[in-house]
Amino acid sequence: MAEDAGPRLGRRLPDVFQGDIWHSFTRAPIVVLSAAFLVVAFLAAAFAPWVAPYDPFDLASLDIMNSVMAPGEKGLAGETFWLGTDDQGRDVLSTIIYGARISLVVGIASVLFSLVMGVGLGLVSGYVGGRLDAFIMRVADIQLSFPAILIALLIDGVARSLMPRDMHDELAFYVLIFAIGISGWVQYARTVRGSTMVERDKEYVQAARVIGMGSGRIIWRHVLPNVTGPVLVIATIHLAIAVITEATLSFLGVGIPPTTPSLGTLIRIGNDYLFSGEWWITMFPGVALVLLVLAINLLGDWLRDALNPKLR
Amino acid sequence: MIGFIAARLLQSIIVMLAVALIAFALFRFVGDPINNMVGQDTTLEERAELRERLGLDDPFPVQFARFAINAAQGEFGFSYQHRRPVSALITERFPATMELALVSAILAVAVGIPMGVYTALKRYGLLSRSFMTLSLIGISLPTFLIGILLILFFGVILRWLPTFGRGDVIAIGWWTSGLLTADGLRSLIMPAITLALFQMTLIMRLVRAEMLEVLRTDFVKFGRARGLPDSHVHFSIALKNTLVPVITITGLQLGSIIAFAIITESVFQWPGMGLMFIQAVAEVDIPVMAAYLVLIAFFFVVINLIVDLLYFAVDPRLRVDRAGGH
Repeated sequence: MAEDAGPRLGRRLPDVFQGDIWHSFTRAPIVVLSAAFLVVAFLAAAFAPWVAPYDPFDLASLDIMNSVMAPGEKGLAGETFWLGTDDQGRDVLSTIIYGARISLVVGIASVLFSLVMGVGLGLVSGYVGGRLDAFIMRVADIQLSFPAILIALLIDGVARSLMPRDMHDELAFYVLIFAIGISGWVQYARTVRGSTMVERDKEYVQAARVIGMGSGRIIWRHVLPNVTGPVLVIATIHLAIAVITEATLSFLGVGIPPTTPSLGTLIRIGNDYLFSGEWWITMFPGVALVLLVLAINLLGDWLRDALNPKLR
Repeated sequence: MIGFIAARLLQSIIVMLAVALIAFALFRFVGDPINNMVGQDTTLEERAELRERLGLDDPFPVQFARFAINAAQGEFGFSYQHRRPVSALITERFPATMELALVSAILAVAVGIPMGVYTALKRYGLLSRSFMTLSLIGISLPTFLIGILLILFFGVILRWLPTFGRGDVIAIGWWTSGLLTADGLRSLIMPAITLALFQMTLIMRLVRAEMLEVLRTDFVKFGRARGLPDSHVHFSIALKNTLVPVITITGLQLGSIIAFAIITESVFQWPGMGLMFIQAVAEVDIPVMAAYLVLIAFFFVVINLIVDLLYFAVDPRLRVDRAGGH
């Protein structure tokens, strides 16, 4: 196992940069642009404390005299706030970078949650079949008849009411990941189940069974690698949905609390200042959110076409 | 056929019971219902009496059965926050949500279908391309941001439209309508557009894809070969044949319009059921949450049941398949 993993990885990496997929990637400027934007956004979010011009959560550095400044205005100490400041004197650009960090972490974590749950259930459902399969798919059907955002909202609401009130803010982060994660597993499960049922009856799997390989090992070593393509596509598009869902719940006031705001929370906070004309507090986080989601969607669309051999 | 309907009905009932069970468990086990209902100065005897009267000492199945029967009759107890019967709160807010949802659905269909037909017929036209690009941006734009943008432009900068509430309403029996006053209609414009936009892009893309498919078929080519005018081929032959999936999807979308109404109502402070639910979640007002949970599940189950049955009635192939297969 260990000796064949090395050379194969060594062969595959250059393949990615020379093959059809890389070719189609470089031919689509909008996709390259999206990917570049995403790389910058992910790096900025990951290294927020070093990238952001100010630390918006360091209370000592905040000056209430700097609050609600228009974009480009200079603060008391002569510093420039390129995107303005919010009601507490926090630099909007810095809160966006920190906010994107939380939005992306919640988004990625809930996608991983859905992915592990969906792929797991899909593999079991497709490989084992029978009553278990019928039951899992019935539940999936029912869940699919409700919009994912509604399920996330309901789970979030129910989970919040199960906790003592003073723990809402502390646990909001995990509750959100759980709620968004549960609401998204069905797509993975359905796709993986379909591919698994096809692979299960192929001769190489039967051969593996004949030589006495266990079911778990067959699923892990032979079936799983054959379903990774579609799963990757679903995960990319799902990330856009998860980021929107997180932002929506936070905007509705049942997501990430204002003390460690995500992009959705920032939009909610800024929304109160819209009527008095301080549009930048809500609009810049909004623009950041839309760019992020748009870039992920464009990349996902491209990936779906690129990995689909029928369209090549 | 009868077997299929029975199976679907049974499934609907199981879903409703499961949702009711969650709602009941919430009501019964989150905090003490008695503490949430009475004030600080209620004596222990009074509490015990209330507990007895509400049957909170009965076995779990008995209590759940009572909850389910009450829920089926629209009774969900008292709201902790408003100190009023939940059924009264819902009756009060139901018309606001329904009017918003229906106007949005009509708007989405009335604009989405012509846009879809146009982009299919003039595939490479400038307008078609801009529609398609806009729809991609529309999908990436969360509902609440659309609402905020509309408020900023038409409410704050231009000051053309009211930014919150329903405006003046007229009461017709228990129903309150904002559709009959100028102020009510003006208040409805932005929320309705916000709610309709996503469904609109969805319907547009669906109609376009279906139209392109149908326009390639032999019977359309034959119609052209017979020398029928383009308008007849496009609308009476092609469009007609795309409508079955469009009607189905639109029917299913009605449910998600009601769900997305939560967001729109929250942005525009529209006094509907969605806003009520969000406030209940923030305040942990469990009877209201339980009622909304059961109600929305009921909506979805009914809509899905109707759509499934419609499918069955419309598509003869399905009847054969189902009879032979599952």
